[in-house]
Amino acid sequence: MTESTNNDQLLQDLVKRVEALEREAPKNQITLGVVSGDPEHTMAAFMVALGATMFDTEVDMFFMFSGTAALLDPKKKRKNDLPGSTFGMEPPMVKFDLKKHGAMSLEELIQEAGEAGVRITVCNLSMDLMEIKREELIDYPNLSFAGVAAFVDMCSQSKQCWFM
Amino acid sequence: MIDSALKETKTDSELKALKIGKLVDARGTACPGPMLEAKRAMGECPVGGVMEVQSSDNGTIVDIQRWCRKMGHEYLGNLENDGFLSVYLLRKV
Repeated sequence: MTESTNNDQLLQDLVKRVEALEREAPKNQITLGVVSGDPEHTMAAFMVALGATMFDTEVDMFFMFSGTAALLDPKKKRKNDLPGSTFGMEPPMVKFDLKKHGAMSLEELIQEAGEAGVRITVCNLSMDLMEIKREELIDYPNLSFAGVAAFVDMCSQSKQCWFM
Repeated sequence: MIDSALKETKTDSELKALKIGKLVDARGTACPGPMLEAKRAMGECPVGGVMEVQSSDNGTIVDIQRWCRKMGHEYLGNLENDGFLSVYLLRKV
């Protein structure tokens, strides 16, 4: 083997390794797994998401189990209670006086998150378990459905992953 | 640990004398409202210009300090007014 083909081979190997590193390197991205349907938890999740957008950090939110209830559109009426949860037909409310303190409601936080480009992914299985139909969810600019592997992949691309 | 990027660089009288490039009135909204309004307004502040963020949320001071450090702007300081704060920063990028 000549020295030049040797160098070519070395270069190709290096390019492959750099590409692999780039694929695996975490991006300026945060992934929030939202499993709780407690409105305080979901509000906190959206506040963290908005905080991250301040730093031009990309945000993925993955909603599972009771967390999915936060994405129910209160304007769209449901026929039955949510199974497996203590909630009634509508998402529960916080017990704080948000208006009095100038704080945003969950609806307003979701609106801001949509405008800031926060991506929402909803777990398909949770939609089934919670017996929620797609048309019962909020109108959100960047909402899709996926399984848990997608969530893990989002986490692997992110510098920070939170589960709440 | 003393982080110089988090410390104010101007005195009260210097802050009062600043020429404001962009004023953001975020009074009456709570966290994260003032930060979101500041970020939105950044595009209207020229690079090298001073932005004043008026907020009635005390958390805005430290949030702006840390935001400036991360985003490459300069935190200049804050003034306490009657019922609200003015937080000043220099847009550098």
